[in-house]
Amino acid sequence: MKITKRTFDAVIVGAGGAGLRAALQLSESGLKTAVLTKVFPTRSHTVAAQGGVAASLGNSEEDHWHWHMYDTVKGSDWLGDQDAIEFMCRKANEVVIELEHYGMPFDRTDAGKIYQRPFGGHMSNFGEKPVRRSCAAADRTGHAMLHALYQRNVRANTQFFVEWMALDLIRDAEGEVLGVTALEMETGEIVAFQSKATIFATGGAGRIYHSSTNAFINTGDGLGMAARAGIPLEDMEFWQFHPTGVAGAGVLITEGVRGEGGILRNSSGERFMERYAPNAKDLASRDVVSRAMVTEINEGRGCGPNKDFVLLDITHLDPKVIMQRLPGIREISIQFAGTDPIKEPIPVVPTCHYQMGGIPTNYSGQVVAPRGSSMSVAVPGFYAAGECACASVHGANRLGTNSLLDLLVFGKSAGETAVEDVKKSTKAHKDLPQEAIERTLERINRLDTQRDGAGVHESRLAMQRTMQNHCGVFRFADKLKEGVSKILDVQKDVQRTVIKDKSKVFNTARIEALELENLIEVAVATMISAEARKESRGAHVRDDAPDTAERPNGRDDQNWLKHTLWFKEGNRLDYKSVKLTPLTVPTIELKKRAY
Amino acid sequence: MTTRTMQFRIYRYDPDKDDKPYLQDISVEVDATDRKLLDAMVKLKAKDDTIAFRRSCREGVCGSDALNINGRNGLACLTDLKDLPEPVVLRPLPGLPIIRDLIVDMTQFFKQYHSIKPYLINNDPPPETERLQTPEEREELNGVYECILCACCSTACPSFWWNPDKYVGPAGLLQAYRFIADTRDQATSERLDNLEDPYRLFRCHSIMNCVDACPKGLNPMRAIGKIKDAMVRRAV
Ligand SMILES: Cc1cc2nc3c(=O)[nH]c(=O)nc-3n(C[C@H](O)[C@H](O)[C@H](O)COP(=O)(O)OP(=O)(O)OC[C@H]3O[C@@H](n4cnc5c(N)ncnc54)[C@H](O)[C@@H]3O)c2cc1C
Ligand code: SF4
Ligand code: SF4
Ligand code: FES
Repeated sequence: MKITKRTFDAVIVGAGGAGLRAALQLSESGLKTAVLTKVFPTRSHTVAAQGGVAASLGNSEEDHWHWHMYDTVKGSDWLGDQDAIEFMCRKANEVVIELEHYGMPFDRTDAGKIYQRPFGGHMSNFGEKPVRRSCAAADRTGHAMLHALYQRNVRANTQFFVEWMALDLIRDAEGEVLGVTALEMETGEIVAFQSKATIFATGGAGRIYHSSTNAFINTGDGLGMAARAGIPLEDMEFWQFHPTGVAGAGVLITEGVRGEGGILRNSSGERFMERYAPNAKDLASRDVVSRAMVTEINEGRGCGPNKDFVLLDITHLDPKVIMQRLPGIREISIQFAGTDPIKEPIPVVPTCHYQMGGIPTNYSGQVVAPRGSSMSVAVPGFYAAGECACASVHGANRLGTNSLLDLLVFGKSAGETAVEDVKKSTKAHKDLPQEAIERTLERINRLDTQRDGAGVHESRLAMQRTMQNHCGVFRFADKLKEGVSKILDVQKDVQRTVIKDKSKVFNTARIEALELENLIEVAVATMISAEARKESRGAHVRDDAPDTAERPNGRDDQNWLKHTLWFKEGNRLDYKSVKLTPLTVPTIELKKRAY
Repeated sequence: MTTRTMQFRIYRYDPDKDDKPYLQDISVEVDATDRKLLDAMVKLKAKDDTIAFRRSCREGVCGSDALNINGRNGLACLTDLKDLPEPVVLRPLPGLPIIRDLIVDMTQFFKQYHSIKPYLINNDPPPETERLQTPEEREELNGVYECILCACCSTACPSFWWNPDKYVGPAGLLQAYRFIADTRDQATSERLDNLEDPYRLFRCHSIMNCVDACPKGLNPMRAIGKIKDAMVRRAV
């Protein structure tokens, strides 16, 4: 079957922070660019980010990018690539200042500079004590940033395709990426977008878990599309569970609350983090705090009738500070926990929040995959940035505020690289291979014709429960093994989902079924990668890899200081080495991680 | 866990198959974990997947799920289920063309937003560091920059219903004020020129619907007043 084809120099899939930052690079360069997005740009989930964006501006106290780099490497439990981390931390001031120039309404210090607050794992002088590094607009930093970036794109006349869902990557026999197929939601039409550069900025896939801080639309579409086109996914076993999701609702309470002085307490009112992280206490790294909370709950010191949450207490803070620095949190707490934090503590539990792994890239934003004898060769025409990508700056555990920074730095660098590559190329657009288009049409056709099968809602729930029970904050060897076979069973159901809605017009049932086909790829990649990694590192902690003198924290650098690569075909795993050599400074040497 | 059955009446229209819109009566079981209207709508959709609506963040920050709920505009994800009289009547936002069911065509709304040049204009060469702004100057943006572009206000405004092509509407005007109020912006007089027109700004008759409708507690009418003040000030 023939479908309409539209031709551009570049296509960006995603209009969150990463996609919008990349789009500025392309629009301002004059290349003909299309930005596809499932939702109006300011509805992307970057809008929900609260706490801030990291940069060692030093507006309130001394700071240095090298300290930031050290914290990020340590936070990553040494799985992060040190070249990319140096690149990001050195660029931070530049991209944050740029954002201010775009109109971002940062809070201000008395001197009129950007306001900065402390955040978990960000320290001065190579791990000494917490430092004010998170640049914030109250507790609505993501909202302020996403709107500022969108506004700048309005100024730059960026061409958006709003409520268009990309379905599959178009890749030819030589492995070159030539664009995407996409669905216009309003009409149901399928169109091929042909381009010389395709940039994925599709965000995270936190909806593979049952309890998540992520939006409904965070369904890992970029990862699913990449996996189906033969691109591996990197380090998918590493998921961040944020310590403070509202118990029951999943909605996030930013770490900025603890940055402003909030304290975690167990059922006896004890500030239990003093036992787990004597130095950083409530501002230890997220994986450390989440595990401490689960330990408290497991040992019977949880709160509430079922003893299944702990309390986040800010009742000792000046209500003025709460109203000025944390107004959104107060609103969320009243709305979703039914408590006013000025008067009562907030019930919280660790909640799935962020995907550290993703589509493998280098720090220039090019997607890289094994080819011949090399493990990291750029895939021609393909770039990725933001949460869907793995550069890898977050390694086994991301520090708060480093993601918004990642969007700015790597959105920009992916954009710059794409501009350079397109301007350099003298070739005309290649013909689109029919097979790639057929793959999309077959998926749509199956949904149109499937008569009996599995429900979308039920299969999604089965996936989310399996992930939650078998691959959560603490992991168990036998549970993981069982989880692998369970998730593969769910995958079979996902291949035979049935929808009642057959309409062409804004068919949200079809969209959800297509999204589930992406989610399940991410879930399978996660479970299989996690089952295989026989050590504890960062967010991945197993019962059979405990803390010992020989292997502090259960980390096994001898065998496991390497990135996982999962391939969809045959669920094959491969590994590549971690880049321990930074760009200009000496390697940050391996060390036990303690806060 | 205690469950209860809730009755809904939902506006349905699929141009692909329906000659005209109709109201569907449907019920759903909700339990104690279903706090918000959106939770119930997700369950309704699991029961009948043909019901179409937009949603994303489920925490009141993305602006996707604005609806007319029992006759008032609001966000499904911030509307408490327990307070809703039944049957809960769900309709698309009033005054905008309907694409399908609860999904409206927001083109006109965004066109007005774009018409106010919603971006910082400052033609000085950017300094090496941030542009300075005192905490007091920054304070002026509070209650303004938080808008989530949900359109609850504009689609509750009679002036916008009658002239959606000519009247900027409360949401757009609130954002116009956001840039006028920003000490870093240099285009105040150009922005005021752009609004000095019998329709674009002066269709506002201070009916206050916008203030009642805003789920974020913002006050577009006050911002409109401040724009008018600025016009008076520059005239004298
Ligand atoms: C509640 C919350 C709070 C957070 N707070 C912070 C914080 O304070 N600091 C920090 O650094 N990080 C924070 N994070 C993490 C950070 O916000 C995210 O990692 C980041 O915003 C992701 O941005 P992105 O641009 O990669 O993706 P998103 O903002 O998720 O955007 C994805 C885009 O891709 C589009 N898209 C997806 N699939 C398709 C498709 N198939 N076709 C077309 N378009 C598609 C979507 O429409 C959307 O435009 C937070 C995360 C959450 C959930
Ligand atoms: S106050 Fe003005 S903008 Fe608000 S509803 Fe009334 S006419 Fe519309
Ligand atoms: S002013 Fe309020 S109601 Fe109007 S669009 Fe903004 S957030 Fe929505
Ligand atoms: S779903 Fe985002 S505002 Fe309600």
